[in-house]
Amino acid sequence: MALRNILGKRFGVGLAGRRPLSTATCDVESGNAKAINLYSAINQALLIALETDPRAFVFGEDVSFGGVFRCTTGLADRFGKARVFNTPLCEQGIVGFGIGLAAMGNRAIAEIQFADYIYPAFDQIVNEASKFRYRSGNQFNCGGLTIRAPYGAVGHGGHYHSQSPEAFFCHVPGIKVVIPRSPRQAKGLLLSCIRDPNPVVFFEPKWLYRLAVEEVPEHDYMLPLSEAEVIRQGSDITLVGWGAQLSIMEQACIEAERDGIFCELIDLKTLIPWDKETVEASVRKTGRVLISHEAPVTGGFGAEISASIVERCFLRLEAPVARVCGLDTPFPLVFEPFYMPTKNKILDAIKATVNY
Amino acid sequence: MAFSTATAYFAPQPFPLNTASPRSHDNPLITPASASPFFGSTPKLRLSPSPKFNLHRRSGSGVSVSQVVKEKKPKSTRSLLITKDEGLELYEDMVLGRAFEDMCAQMYYRGKMFGFVHLYNGQEAVSTGFIKLLKQQDSVVSTYRDHVHALSKGVPARAVMSELFGKTTGCCRGQGGSMHMFSREHNVLGGFAFIGEGIPVATGAAFTSKYTREVLKEVDCDHVTLAFFGDGTCNNGQFFECLNMAALWKLPIVFVVENNLWAIGMSHLRSTSDPQIYNKGPAFGMPGIHVDGMDVLKVREVAKEAIARARRGEGPTLVECETYRFRGHSLADPDELRDPAEKERYAARDPIKALKKYIIESNLASEAELKAIDKKIDEVVEDAVEFADESPVPPRSQLLENVFADPKGFGIGPDGRYRCADPKFTEGTAHV
Repeated sequence: MALRNILGKRFGVGLAGRRPLSTATCDVESGNAKAINLYSAINQALLIALETDPRAFVFGEDVSFGGVFRCTTGLADRFGKARVFNTPLCEQGIVGFGIGLAAMGNRAIAEIQFADYIYPAFDQIVNEASKFRYRSGNQFNCGGLTIRAPYGAVGHGGHYHSQSPEAFFCHVPGIKVVIPRSPRQAKGLLLSCIRDPNPVVFFEPKWLYRLAVEEVPEHDYMLPLSEAEVIRQGSDITLVGWGAQLSIMEQACIEAERDGIFCELIDLKTLIPWDKETVEASVRKTGRVLISHEAPVTGGFGAEISASIVERCFLRLEAPVARVCGLDTPFPLVFEPFYMPTKNKILDAIKATVNY
Repeated sequence: MAFSTATAYFAPQPFPLNTASPRSHDNPLITPASASPFFGSTPKLRLSPSPKFNLHRRSGSGVSVSQVVKEKKPKSTRSLLITKDEGLELYEDMVLGRAFEDMCAQMYYRGKMFGFVHLYNGQEAVSTGFIKLLKQQDSVVSTYRDHVHALSKGVPARAVMSELFGKTTGCCRGQGGSMHMFSREHNVLGGFAFIGEGIPVATGAAFTSKYTREVLKEVDCDHVTLAFFGDGTCNNGQFFECLNMAALWKLPIVFVVENNLWAIGMSHLRSTSDPQIYNKGPAFGMPGIHVDGMDVLKVREVAKEAIARARRGEGPTLVECETYRFRGHSLADPDELRDPAEKERYAARDPIKALKKYIIESNLASEAELKAIDKKIDEVVEDAVEFADESPVPPRSQLLENVFADPKGFGIGPDGRYRCADPKFTEGTAHV
């Protein structure tokens, strides 16, 4: 089985990346911090969003009692049913309705219960949300819309509770796609997404909801979008990933180090518009790059990263860009361990790339 | 396309369309001008005195079919509703459903099956009441709560249990799991994890049957399709789209709503503008019937009419079955939101106990015969578990099969073997 031993793991602590961790309103490091898990961090972010903006709404299926992953616990009690409410089971309706709310100047935070269910809403997102500002000549916009959805493998989810649909949305100009890797990142990034003047799709790695625990500041803070973060320094190969996959990649990095290969690990955080400069700078340093994600390899977002890097760094590259991703099959049930891009697959690819 | 209001006037219970009646939510107390027989969603049957929906009252509105049937027939002929053989068949099927689901729960907590498992306890009357009237060639489309639909349709308990365990001998070779029971032999078209996704599929299957009969001129083809889904799905666009298509093209389909009042934690009454789902039938041009889904005999009566109607080519019917699930939404659901008093009320209406009582009181069979059935089913379920336990896990090569039509997908490497059988499978990229 894929190792997901990230209980208590902390990411990116005190790393000197190219840019400071937060250039936005608040300094992440100051203030009280408590160790909480991912769904609690999301809960805190939603609470702050609702508190600071009286025109913010949270809605979706089952959000009233707290949601199937407890991300919205306590919000309905605190802010009332007029601002935190359940919708009927109609994703297309939920997102379309959210676009309408946002167009009238509200902050609509829509929850799609599982990312696998987002497809009925795909039409609204692609055809309406992403084009609203553009085709109205900036008279209207739905920047206040944020769509949150749990994505990714969870060990037993099967076809419809494990998908990673981020690649479909990355192909849509006009929206942003953001994926956090840990509780502290999630809170800051979610607040940034909510306050960003563009519609954002925020995918939360569901495997990490309970498993990832980290010190998260209790105050209101935001993390910048479209800035990638180097969470591990290295000199031999650049690894690029996002979300829960980073923990797997980190384990591969640790094992590779024992073999004398020093990997630089980058968390993309925002998938579109993505931070090409940080990744490029890293590739110029190492000359090799490997991308890993759970979604199927063909047409996954790794393909875009690969093509961009090759365009910009062709002469610097020492080896072909490697992608270690899910297989090109529907997300399987019993075969999940074979489908997933595991630590071993990544390790093999690191070695093959370094020894090319 | 005009639809006639004077459809099937066959003895003894017709299903008129009530196209002239006002929408019930406009003024619930208006009685329609036409003195049509009660079947369908005529507002005059609402027993509640207040115009507002009483959120805490389960729809006692809508007299159920069998009550009227009973009123019309003399008491002494009550037992004619079923014969002894039918009674035992119904009993056995419901007990199989219940015992199987209980065993699923046990196996789940022992770690033998995994994933998201949704159990059907309490709703057996709907599955048995409808599916036992079908022929092998009739199709059934279900939701994620599909184990018992598959069992009622005839899929062997062994195949279903193996599928749950993820073994090759499962009905889908272990690929689908709990939420995706398919069977070509028994025409079970799935198993859909996504609510509402199965309804258009059922509509297409029904169209095939009608096409075969009318265009390909196979006059014997009167296959019917049943689409099962829940109350939450009735707020989803796909449901309405299919009601329209089915009525427009008069498809041989029955839409069966298993209204158990809850969509995970969302109460049906709080998320639906008109909680009486059967009202949505006439809005689209088909009869809408409400029936007590905890009573298998009542369900069976309604099902007989609806299926017969479809077989005769008169088009679709929407049947709302008032039912309840005794367990949580899934085995991972702590089920804290439902009022224990509500749960007790429905537990008292356990369909299996009700049928047992009926059979014994009508002297159709003795308690000993029923106990013998219980025992037989226990053995069937235990045998299913043993079989599933001993069955082999699918080989790794199966991962790459059936992605495309070519049974081996594109998983063959240059040496002619499956790529995943290649020892270097873990290496490099995941190209298959």
